[in-house]
Amino acid sequence: MTDKSITDFQQQALVLAGQQTSPDWLAGLREQGAELWSSAAWPSRKTEHWKYTPLAPLQKVGFGRWADVEADWQDQQEWLDIDATRLVFVNGVFHPEHSSELPAEVVRFGAAEGAARAVIEKHLGKVVDAEKHLFAALSNAWTSDGVLLHVPANQRLEKPLYVIHVSTATAEPATANQRLLLVLENGAQAEVIEHFVSGASEQNGFVNGLTEVVVGENAELHHYRLNLEEENILHVGGVHVDLQRSARLRAFTIAQGSRLKRIDYQVNHRGEGAELDLQGLYLPRNKQLIDYHTEIRHMVPHCTSKEVFHGIVGDSAKAVFNGRIYIHPHAQKTLAELSNKNLLTSNKAEVDTKPELEIYADDVKCAHGATVSQLNLTALYYLQSRGIPRAEAEVMLNFGFINELLQQVAQPAVRAYLGPRLAQLFSPNSELLRHLSYE
Amino acid sequence: MLSIKDLRASVAEQEILKGLSLDIKPGEVHAIMGPNGSGKSTLGNVLTGRQGFQVTGGSVTYQGADLLELETEERAREGLFLAFQYPVEIPGVSNMEFLKAAVDATRKHRDLPELSSVEFLKLARETSKKVDLDASFLKRGVNEAFSGGEKKRNELLQMMLLEPKLCILDETDSGLDIDALQVVANGVNAMRSPERSFIVVTHYQRLLDYIVPDFVHVLAGGRIVKSGDKELAKELEAKGYGWLEQEVA
Ligand SMILES: Nc1ncnc2c1ncn2[C@@H]1O[C@H](COP(=O)(O)OP(=O)(O)OP(=O)(O)O)[C@@H](O)[C@H]1O
Ligand SMILES: [Mg+2]
Repeated sequence: MTDKSITDFQQQALVLAGQQTSPDWLAGLREQGAELWSSAAWPSRKTEHWKYTPLAPLQKVGFGRWADVEADWQDQQEWLDIDATRLVFVNGVFHPEHSSELPAEVVRFGAAEGAARAVIEKHLGKVVDAEKHLFAALSNAWTSDGVLLHVPANQRLEKPLYVIHVSTATAEPATANQRLLLVLENGAQAEVIEHFVSGASEQNGFVNGLTEVVVGENAELHHYRLNLEEENILHVGGVHVDLQRSARLRAFTIAQGSRLKRIDYQVNHRGEGAELDLQGLYLPRNKQLIDYHTEIRHMVPHCTSKEVFHGIVGDSAKAVFNGRIYIHPHAQKTLAELSNKNLLTSNKAEVDTKPELEIYADDVKCAHGATVSQLNLTALYYLQSRGIPRAEAEVMLNFGFINELLQQVAQPAVRAYLGPRLAQLFSPNSELLRHLSYE
Repeated sequence: MLSIKDLRASVAEQEILKGLSLDIKPGEVHAIMGPNGSGKSTLGNVLTGRQGFQVTGGSVTYQGADLLELETEERAREGLFLAFQYPVEIPGVSNMEFLKAAVDATRKHRDLPELSSVEFLKLARETSKKVDLDASFLKRGVNEAFSGGEKKRNELLQMMLLEPKLCILDETDSGLDIDALQVVANGVNAMRSPERSFIVVTHYQRLLDYIVPDFVHVLAGGRIVKSGDKELAKELEAKGYGWLEQEVA
């Protein structure tokens, strides 16, 4: 593709972004985003952060407006069985009739006044670095609707916040921008689940989903991001977090594949004693590509980060995992762990995994490891030696690899939802799945 | 029950078993002793059909049929059980689902009705009590972060649940404390019957005080070089293996 058409492509996005309606007080953010988006160099193979993840599928589809949704869109939906405050967005548009009544802590950008608006203005676009993250710039430029969760100091959000982003069938290219801002004041507690879904029918959608999080002193957030859109949905997204003193973030993420799914996690430890626990699963199949880029920035002493990602890559699919850990010269006594394990279930499957450590403090504990392997034959033999049929043993081992993390998920509704759905990926034959335990 | 004739087997292009013969009748307990690296575990691997272990000569007849023709899981369902010297850790697969899958497959093969989850849970709990393993181990990953002794008890638990006809215990006594040794021995003795046979691989005569064998064999250099009764084990304990190698040579 020539430079000119790339510019057109970026321009096309800007035109659409400009057509979004949004409150005046967000104009500054949108202009800044538009500026960055149009001046940024378009990623190529030489761009470090996009090296293994070509944006060609997105350039091929392009941007567009979503047509009105089909009447039966909801029939294709299966959501978590959970008692939560539910917000449903369809192709980026809020659907109040499918959503719960919003508690005081949850405010849509368009309806934000007074204190809520002040919180948004204080934090929105401030956690993410849009100069570094190209699609954050686009998100800023595109900001119209969005959701703020603001939990006041020492309060506990009563019910989990469950935000569902549905993409429906679309013959024409269509783009949705999803924006979430989670602000937990000092000592606050909350649980948030972001769930991206789509129907199985024809898709040409592109979802740009950006979440910014501020966890105040001693506050604790449980955060889930489930990227379960079907094959043809392209998705670029990010979760960007600031952790204040002794703040805790327990995060879980999963992605099933499409031709392009790229998700960034950036977590900034800004206050001493902050803790991060991040677990992730990715399962690309067919010709899909999933790319997780994580960056943990330890800026101050005495913080911990534990990060574990497991991926199963099948068929001709590809996975990219880039785990960066940055430890600032002042961040003594940091404890940082990173583990990435990959299981290839086909000879054509591919993984590029790369830990990137930048450690400038001397008194730290930092452990990292990345492995790529195939079916564990010793374990297979062990199961078979007990009479278990080979086909079932293989399913047990593949699912077990995922289940190592799944079983640690704190929210039972997430476990219950994912368990059987992920198991099905390993065999269509329910006979082979019957002994798996989802507890 | 089992008749091994002149068995030769290689692993990684290297011949390990070099003409091994052994006959086991129903109800018998055979102890196999022998130096490190002599091929004891290899024999267990070959009998259970582990990938990578090539049989290059000889025959193995089990219950009148050619054992070597069968897949690993078929051998297991036919009642062959190997308690591993080094049990395998499988995180993410719960011990409970593993045991249930194994017992279901075995019972199906024997035309026995499947146990319900409730029945099985009860059985698994009772049996784990017998091997002195807390019921919480049923919920953990298979052998995941079990201590050495706990792994061996888990092997025994599997053996008891699967009710095999021929049990091979590969150093199940290694790494056990005195009490655990007693537990294992009691477990094995409780399972002894006129129909069930055992091959007990061990380095220690002590185990054979508890599980009294009908025969003791010495495996060295890939062959059975001497056979005797339980007195042979005592002799070995006193004299080591050196004198045998001279005798054979
Ligand atoms: N997978 C393998 N690859 C290469 N060599 C192997 C393999 N398995 C076994 N061997 C070799 O075969 C020989 C016999 O090993 P085996 O495990 O049967 O000994 P053993 O009699 O059980 O010893 P020990 O008493 O130490 O358990 C050893 O030299 C061992 O290194
Ligand atoms: Mg051995």
